[in-house]
Order: sequence, then C-alpha cells, then structure tokens
Amino acid sequence: MIDKKHLLTTEQMANFVADGYLRFDAFIPDEFNKAAHAEMEDGMIVRGRGGTVLNDVWTDDSAVGKVFRLPEVQGIIQSLVGEDPLYDHHAVHIVRPQNEVGQIWHADAIIDLRMHFDIQFFYFSHDTPREMGGTMILPGSHYRRVCETDIARYQNFLGQMPVVCEAGTLLVVHHGMWHCAQPNLTEQTRYMFKLRLNPTVRQRQLWNTEDLDAAPIHGILGRNHRWYGNDVRLEIVNRIKQWRFLIGDDSFDVGYWLSRLENMPEGAQEAA
Amino acid sequence: MPELRQKLLVLHLHTPDLNSNVVAWAMYDGTGTKRHTTGDSETPPYNSVVEAMRDGWRVIQFPQQFPAYPGMEYHTSYLRFEYVLEKLEEIQ
Repeated sequence: MIDKKHLLTTEQMANFVADGYLRFDAFIPDEFNKAAHAEMEDGMIVRGRGGTVLNDVWTDDSAVGKVFRLPEVQGIIQSLVGEDPLYDHHAVHIVRPQNEVGQIWHADAIIDLRMHFDIQFFYFSHDTPREMGGTMILPGSHYRRVCETDIARYQNFLGQMPVVCEAGTLLVVHHGMWHCAQPNLTEQTRYMFKLRLNPTVRQRQLWNTEDLDAAPIHGILGRNHRWYGNDVRLEIVNRIKQWRFLIGDDSFDVGYWLSRLENMPEGAQEAA
Repeated sequence: MPELRQKLLVLHLHTPDLNSNVVAWAMYDGTGTKRHTTGDSETPPYNSVVEAMRDGWRVIQFPQQFPAYPGMEYHTSYLRFEYVLEKLEEIQ
C-alpha cells in the first residue's frame, strides 16, 4: 500500500471526471527522463502481453519501469485503477523532424460502454515546445461514444490543448480522451511514451478521501468546456453518473439535474 | 474559361441557429494552395455561419435533426450542428 500522501485528492478526482485528464508538469526527475529517453531512442523497451500484471512487465533495471514504480506515479495509478492494475499495452510515439502534418483526431480503441475505465499515461521525457508538438488533447471529450478515427474530419475545437511541457511531464487520461499528435517543425525527433492500464478492483474511493466532504465537487463537475455548445448539460449528467459510481452513492447529484429526471412518484394521493 | 476548384469550410455551432457561435472548425482546400491539419488554429475563421455567408461562403449542407434513439437520450457523441460551406476559386 502506497503512502496516502501520494494518492490523488478528491478534488483531483473530480477534475479527472470533468476534464478527462490530470496533468503533472516536470513531475519525473531528470535522471529518469534521460534514461527513459535513451531507451526510447534505442527502441529496446520490452513489450508485455495485454492483461499482464503491470509489475511483471519490466525488470528493475528498465528505465520506464523505474518511472512507473516511482511512489508518486504509483499513487496516481492506485487512485484511479487500484494497486495491481493490468498492463494493456504501451507505445512509443515518434514524430520525425520537419513533419508538418498533424495526426488525425481519434480516441483509442472502439466504443466502450463501461462505467469502469482504463487510464492512459502520456509521458514526455524531454522538453516539448509548441513547434515540436506535442500531443493535442480535447479536455472533456472522454465520455463521447465514438469509434477510434470516426472523428477524423474535425481539425480544431475551442479549448483544444496541445501538451507543451518541460521534460518529465506526465498526463494521465481517461481511455476515451480524444487526442492527436501534432506537427514537429523542429530538427529533433519527438518522443512520447504511452501506457494503458486496466483496473483489477472496483473503482470506488481508491484515492485519499480525507477531503471528500470539503472539496468543491459540484463546481468542478458543473464545469463547461467551450466546444460542448448545447451539449454541456448532457455532459454534466455523464459526470454525475461517473461520480456516483466512484463514490458509491446513487443519490449524488449536481444541482438538481438527475434528481428531477428520477422523480417518478407512484403512490396515489389520499383523499382529503 | 477559368478552372475552378472547391474549398470546403466545416463549421460546428453552439446551437442549430446559423447565427450561433462556432465551437469547432475545419477547412479542406481543393485548390491545392494549402493543406490544413489538426490543431492549426486557435480561433475560428468566422464567429458564425451567417458571418461566413457574408464573406461569400455558400452553405451546401445543413445538419439533420433527429430525436434521440430510445436509451441514448443522455449519450454524447459527434458534434451535432455541423454546417458545410463552399467557395469556388480559380486556379492558376
């Protein structure tokens, strides 16, 4: 069990539900970044079989293994998918120098009907200025039901977020997050390490819940993303359902959105 | 006769009202002058479909509106209010 100080807070969990990601800038120490970068350049990172216990995939001397065994990273993992998640797959995403065309928008995998969710880490081992990319994400897109590249016709959204960051930055995203690699106009090759993990336990209050009653949950879960347009209230319903699942309370609501729809009295009115 | 080629502008709106704000946009250039790509602009080229029409773009597709399928009332997916506009431009 990881020290509680490394677990996510309730406020961070609510932000994950509302936005579909959490971002940790310059989070991984530089010696780890340099070693992981070298492993990616060498193309020598061991590939596990989907469904393997994460801790069994990389040996103690693996640089990326060391990154994901850091207590701070383990705290993120445990808060979202539990102590012993399964390795789904990883990919070293490479964008060659002077690549002027962005990748098409996509979500990974196919339409996923679960309330349970996988997480994906996007790990940037080197500085990534805008002219180098990096990966573009669309905050708040994670509950949209689309099949992989069905969204390839889109190009730009209000609120799209290119991950421009310092070395050692780590993003953790919900499996449904829309994203695309951005052009690399520099002379250096860009790397990003992506790792998908599956939960093995029920995702209920796995984080540090000391602030469960104090965190500004309602404001966070009611957040708008400007590209939603008229769909923002539907997205709030998606978040309410996810939060109910995470805290194990089917009466939770934001404002009165779901309570209103669930009010279906059946009792007959007694005569005066 | 000048040779004409089509440019397409796809605007996604806040509501079906053609005056409502653009929330997403894409451009496809058949003249071969420019290749547009993901993430290539932070602000939309027009604030609404009507504003684009005033600049000479012709609307060639309206989004159809359907009631939600039973069981799908609260699901979200693609951007629903998608308008396709065109301009014809001469090529050299």
